Amino acid sequence: MTSSNSLRLAIDGMRCAGCVAGVETALRGVPGVAEVNVNFAARTADVRGEAQVPALIAAVSKAGYRASEIIDEEAAESEKEAAELAHYRVLMRKSQFALAVAVPALAFGFPAMLGGNMPHALMQWGSPALAVLTLTVMLYSGPQFFIGAWKSLRNHTATMDTLIALGMAAAWGYSLTVTVAPRLFPAGTAEPFWDVIAVVIGLVVLGQALEMRARGRTSEAVKRLIGLKPKTARVVRDGQEIDIPLAEVRVNDTLRVRPGEKIPVDGELIEGHSLVDESMLTGEPMPVEKNVGAEVSGGTLNKSGTFLFRATRVGKDTALSRIVEMVRQAQGAKPAIGRMADTVSAWFVPAVLIVAVTTFVVWFDFGPEPRLNFAMIAAVTVLVIACPCALGLATPMSVMVGVGKAAEHGILIRNGDALQQAGQLTTVVLDKTGTVTMGKPAVTALIPAAGHDADGLLRLAASLEAGSEHPLAEAVLNAAKERGLALAPVQNFQAVAGHGVHGEIDGKHVRFGNYKFMEEHGIACDALHDQAQQSASRAETPMFLAADGMLAGIVAVADPIKPDSKTAIARLHALHIKVVMLTGDNAATAHAVAKQVGIDAVFAEVLPQDKDKQVAELIARGEKVGMVGDGINDAPALARADVGFAIGTGTDVAIESADVTLMSGSLHGVPNAIAISRATVRNIRQNLFGAFIYNVLGIPIAAGLLYPLFGLLLNPMIAGAAMAMSSVTVVSNAGRLRWFKP
Amino acid sequence: MSETIVTLGGIAAIAVIAWWFWLSKSKAEHVNAQQSIDIQVKDGVYQPAALEVPAGQALTLRFTRHDATPCAEKVVFGDLGISADLPLGKTQSVTLPPLNPGQYEFTCQMGMYRGRLVATQA
Repeated sequence: MTSSNSLRLAIDGMRCAGCVAGVETALRGVPGVAEVNVNFAARTADVRGEAQVPALIAAVSKAGYRASEIIDEEAAESEKEAAELAHYRVLMRKSQFALAVAVPALAFGFPAMLGGNMPHALMQWGSPALAVLTLTVMLYSGPQFFIGAWKSLRNHTATMDTLIALGMAAAWGYSLTVTVAPRLFPAGTAEPFWDVIAVVIGLVVLGQALEMRARGRTSEAVKRLIGLKPKTARVVRDGQEIDIPLAEVRVNDTLRVRPGEKIPVDGELIEGHSLVDESMLTGEPMPVEKNVGAEVSGGTLNKSGTFLFRATRVGKDTALSRIVEMVRQAQGAKPAIGRMADTVSAWFVPAVLIVAVTTFVVWFDFGPEPRLNFAMIAAVTVLVIACPCALGLATPMSVMVGVGKAAEHGILIRNGDALQQAGQLTTVVLDKTGTVTMGKPAVTALIPAAGHDADGLLRLAASLEAGSEHPLAEAVLNAAKERGLALAPVQNFQAVAGHGVHGEIDGKHVRFGNYKFMEEHGIACDALHDQAQQSASRAETPMFLAADGMLAGIVAVADPIKPDSKTAIARLHALHIKVVMLTGDNAATAHAVAKQVGIDAVFAEVLPQDKDKQVAELIARGEKVGMVGDGINDAPALARADVGFAIGTGTDVAIESADVTLMSGSLHGVPNAIAISRATVRNIRQNLFGAFIYNVLGIPIAAGLLYPLFGLLLNPMIAGAAMAMSSVTVVSNAGRLRWFKP
Repeated sequence: MSETIVTLGGIAAIAVIAWWFWLSKSKAEHVNAQQSIDIQVKDGVYQPAALEVPAGQALTLRFTRHDATPCAEKVVFGDLGISADLPLGKTQSVTLPPLNPGQYEFTCQMGMYRGRLVATQA
């Protein structure tokens, strides 16, 4: 995808110096390559030239090695910042020069402004001097307007440059004519306006500089994400731990991370354990426990223990890099609301040119004397006040900040339409397993019968289940492991499908299974009947344990509800959104879960392939539907919904079917995304409204609409100031979104 | 007399503006899909700004940004949902999927830089 004049490739598979020559030869053979430098120790190749990255990778691959591009995003980001700062300084210098020239120009215009006559000597010498000075302003401070206007004109397009260039050229030409040939004008009306040129160019360029500063803050979210990467990694090679630059870490490298350090790349923990703060990627504030086999993500912070992990994804393949790429893509997206502004923009500048011409003609034909002067001032003011930039900036600036804000909360928004539609949802459909619940059955209650204790009950159940392959067995075994219970050997183990298991433990005959299993073997369960009923009503599955024909207790297993599902659903209700649950589970369990978390309606026993039909039905009823699921089983339903939210596990960002990925796994991501969407769209509306109103009111006032009523005609310098400030206001208003808290 | 001249001049100017900016379009430059297309981002315009490309074939556009104004920093293909950051002074390739016949605009975020691809059946 990316190509540049100089790039670095990571090369895998080089074993000796001979390989270096092989890789170099392969790369040199690619058309456009000017220079190749392969570093065997770092296993990298620096390539200069114009060659395309895919061609380079293919050439290396053909030679029997593997290559991938190394992108140092942090360096690229600092380079970008340095370039922006340099440009900012240039703009400030240009603005300062123009405003410095404005001082004598304004002083020159003062007598006329105060209604007096210009002293003859001043007019004779001052005006030509200012003609030269303002020409210098146009050539030094504002050549970009003239070059841009000319090139756009050749492309049959018109931009802000067109308006400024035309306005300034007209003002300068008119002022020069007045200076050189004052006799062409009625006596006492020959007034140049050199001040307008210097002030307008000075202020517009100043506005561009300020806008640039404010824009830098709109992409803070991406900068913060890029800044999460550590610069170095501690790799274990030949039994030695050495610090190497991050870019040199390869897949399958073993890396050590100490407490308080950032994890450099994605990988799998192979030794040790720790608590890891993943909040920077998932938005989830609680540190996550990591044991052997757990996945760790680059950019997250190791809190407590030291561990070793094996790198599984490096460079641009890490979750963090993919998140940065997704956020960047989404920041360039345009929601439907912004497309309307685009259509207006395309017509706007030529329309302003037409208004300016009309203004000139009307003032010249019907205006008071000195009418040529009035006509010229009014036309120039129209050109200068019109601000297509404010219109053009209104949407993208808010989208940049809104998408970044969402990313800060672990919400990845894939496109502009999702950003806009999330705020308009009327119904949110939740998948049950893995969305409302943890998606992993666990023992939720141990109810021992009289004469038994909870640990003893669990020990017997787990000992029996050790040989079972039932899905609920894992939950029982995990519970015993958590409590540190030692399992007992089981003799004569037997599983009865659909009922339970039985065997002999410590000389006792133990049965473990459902009520039917107990009933068939004449085991009385009356003593715990009420508890069993309550358990079922809580969406648990009660399993009975009997020892030597006597009930020993109940082990209740359930897919536990996520701790924050209930509050998240309450937040959705507070946003006036109906919440519906869709599940393949039986109705009793589904209703029990729904009741506990406050869900309004339940569709139970829905086959996976029918989930999207239910979503389609809700849409047909006029609802704006958001579907929340795990992104794998629910892919068709997610795609069918107006907005599909995929609940990720940790930092799984590769969920293609979803418009929005919630990385924390918490349902709070849904109300957060909706709140951010509403705030962003509100911000876009404010910006668009402001930009439209500014132009709709400003242009007629500039044209002199208020003159017949109040004798008011806008000064072009004030118009220039207003124009410069209007874009800065839009960008600053978008910047306010940075402080939004969902 | 002078009013008549100014009025007629004004009408003529309006007609020229409407014709040049709205009714006539610059001719699209014809390119082959096999070649990657270099586009300069400079002085407020994409050069070339209008390209006739073959429909149904993926193509790569190589943008080189020379303009330091932040306006030029992103190129957005609104109809295709594709955008790319353009680092200053560097070449950034953007690969587009095979296009159906039709017209596709690409712009900067503000819509000031404007270009179009005209995909035609070979």
